[in-house]
Amino acid sequence: MTQTVALEQSPEMPLLEMRGISKSFPGVKALNNVDITLYPGKVTALIGENGAGKSTLVKILTGIYACDEGEILVDGNPTVFANAQDAIDAGVTAIHQETVLFDELSVAENIFLGHAPKSRFGLVNWKAVNARALALLHSLESNIDPRIRLKDLSIAQRHLVAIARALSVDARIVIMDEPTAALSRKEVDDLFQIINRLKTNGKAILFISHKFDEVYEIADHYAVFRDGKAVGSGELAEVGQDEIVKLMVGRSVEHAFPKVDIALGETVFAVESYTHPTEFRDISFELRKGEILGIYGLVGAGRSELCQSLFGVTKPTGGKVRLNGKEIAIGSPGEAISAGIVYVPEERGRHGAVLQLPIYQNISLPSLTRTSRSGFLRAAEEFALARKYAERFDLRAAALSVPVGTLSGGNQQKVVIGKWLATQPNILILDEPTKGIDIGSKAAVHAFISELAGEGLSIIMVSSELPEIMGMSDRVLVMREGLSAGIYERETLSAETLVRAATGNASKS
Amino acid sequence: MSTVSEKRHIPDQLGTSASRLFASWETFLLCVAVLIFIANSLASPYFLNAWNLSDATFNFTEKALIAFAMALLIIAGEIDLSVAAIIALASTAMGAAAQTGVGTFGIVLIGIGVGLGCGTVNAILVAGLRLPSIVVTIGTMSLFRGISYIVLGDKAYGGYPASFAYFGQGYVFWVISFEFVLFAVSACIFAVLLHATNFGRRIYAIGNNEFAARFSGIHVERIKFILFMLTGLMSGIAAVCLTSRLGSTRPSIAQGWELEVVTMVVLGGISILGGSGRVGGVVIAGFVMGLVTFGLGLLNVPGIVMSIFIGLLLIATITLPILIRRFRYGRAS
Repeated sequence: MTQTVALEQSPEMPLLEMRGISKSFPGVKALNNVDITLYPGKVTALIGENGAGKSTLVKILTGIYACDEGEILVDGNPTVFANAQDAIDAGVTAIHQETVLFDELSVAENIFLGHAPKSRFGLVNWKAVNARALALLHSLESNIDPRIRLKDLSIAQRHLVAIARALSVDARIVIMDEPTAALSRKEVDDLFQIINRLKTNGKAILFISHKFDEVYEIADHYAVFRDGKAVGSGELAEVGQDEIVKLMVGRSVEHAFPKVDIALGETVFAVESYTHPTEFRDISFELRKGEILGIYGLVGAGRSELCQSLFGVTKPTGGKVRLNGKEIAIGSPGEAISAGIVYVPEERGRHGAVLQLPIYQNISLPSLTRTSRSGFLRAAEEFALARKYAERFDLRAAALSVPVGTLSGGNQQKVVIGKWLATQPNILILDEPTKGIDIGSKAAVHAFISELAGEGLSIIMVSSELPEIMGMSDRVLVMREGLSAGIYERETLSAETLVRAATGNASKS
Repeated sequence: MSTVSEKRHIPDQLGTSASRLFASWETFLLCVAVLIFIANSLASPYFLNAWNLSDATFNFTEKALIAFAMALLIIAGEIDLSVAAIIALASTAMGAAAQTGVGTFGIVLIGIGVGLGCGTVNAILVAGLRLPSIVVTIGTMSLFRGISYIVLGDKAYGGYPASFAYFGQGYVFWVISFEFVLFAVSACIFAVLLHATNFGRRIYAIGNNEFAARFSGIHVERIKFILFMLTGLMSGIAAVCLTSRLGSTRPSIAQGWELEVVTMVVLGGISILGGSGRVGGVVIAGFVMGLVTFGLGLLNVPGIVMSIFIGLLLIATITLPILIRRFRYGRAS
């Protein structure tokens, strides 16, 4: 191939350099003076926890965000990425975890959307589109028919199409954002073959993954981000996994959290070999009165799905659930609420609150049977209930009858949590309770969770943030790919153990 | 609340109840109704007559009966376009029963029963099988009226018992017709159901955010099932009134009513996107549409012009709130 010449180029000449990149959002410094360098024919792994700033960097690199400070050099020339087209022109393309393609269009249309070869009359030259798509797919050693519709393909095949699309615009810098999250081992191997072929063609690849074994298998360089800062980078061959994990989590977290040690009561809730057809299987744990059980794992490990199933949203195919020693079957959220189990969902606007309805109607919604008399609403009771929780949380609102959608994110979260506490639950399941909340409100939410546990509530808290999990939990259940990767007691918790368990490296090191 | 002075006090409501009432869609609609009333009385010397006005109510009472149930359905984010076809099928069943000598009580029971049955078919398809209601009810619309056409062809059923005429032609007191009383009672029942019960609150929650409603323990499918049955039931009741008033049944009975019912609901301030609106608005919208069509009738305006007018009314009421909102935001930014 002609492009093998690229290998002979000086390997010291970087294809892309980002220098001193900073980006702030209201309340958060997402990236703080970050450097990263990509070389032709090399794979650079970008490693970091959720919230470390990886996706912000990807968005700057693809022209979706503009950086506040810093410069981007392509082939040594400073380049401005003002919009997505600038990034494409500079040869940058991104393949996302969930590929952004069009289900109802054909494979060839997906590959050439926006830059299809035209005929003399300015119409799309379908013959050329299909032929070039076929050639591209062949070069990736795939025999997908370019004329079939995308929705008939598997996830791995969709990735291939996304890669073909990237190659069709002659991209030189390919960003892969957790490309293996939804792939089987066999498909991952196929993907790695493709990546190796891209390397020999001189492309620079930024590979974002949580999985260390994959990183070591495919990457040449590494860059570790933590809290928006680049904390380490270099040749992967020169560092061990332990060092990378330390770079990733390296901070002491315990003292920042108001976890109050309280005497745990008897076991109130027990889950045994709980199994779902696709999302998780064989999960077992026990929950005691006043206990906070953290559930840690990567995005897609099945944590939210487990919690939603316990709340009756989806039906399990096997396993037992015991409440106060008695076996129960939860068939719907309504039954869960009556049993004293409530779930505060991750997505406030979508699952948590009815944004158009007033605050007081949101808070009373799951408790209507208590605020009403023989099916008839009693507004005074609803307002009293709403006022109780509004005052407890110091809610900032003009009136209890304004729509929840008019409140700020933090105040919406207060309404949602208030709504669930108003049902007087015994077991509270919190899914990412501090997601999207500024640092100050986070501390308030944490203090409040401790207070509730002190009042005898049993709490299950799903979180992707290690400090939160480690600071708040009595015990931690780690999930990996739908399976339990162990339950860890508070005394034995360490960031390294949790990350290893979640990423599948418990046996190594 | 002086004991908890360190906590901020949040009032229940903003502004006074009078100021909210003044700014509502219902108030606007009421003004429109009054204007049309005045225009009608100026346009025709025959309009301001107690019996004339009583006659005018027949233009909307039957449709309004269905519109109340339809309002609940649309607030919940669904729609039933088969209501006029349900009338046709229910009326055909009543006619067939009358031919075999069934008494008035039996005929009424059959009419209401067929309505409820048709509503249940819709309910099973939409709430049970979770199919989109607009497609399902377009299908059942053809189905129900199709059965009517097969049974009747170009014939008509007549020969209803004399006492059956009361439901569409009888008067409870002076000029107050049975239908008008039925309309008024239904309006009250539906207003209480939607605005004063847990059931009504849950309808709003579902229409605004079905996910959040489900996560709040609301049995979404169960409520939608009930609403489709209720709409079928009200269509059955409307079929009894209409058949009784006309005294005969043709398969083309109540043709196109589904659009007039939807227009009435939307004109009444019920958002076609679901989640908002009040029964009071539908009541006033009924009067507005009845007065307009009756006024145009007095002026000898042909039926086709009336349907053009209904169409314009529908477009205007859907567009107006959106345009106003856009205008306001445009000014603000």
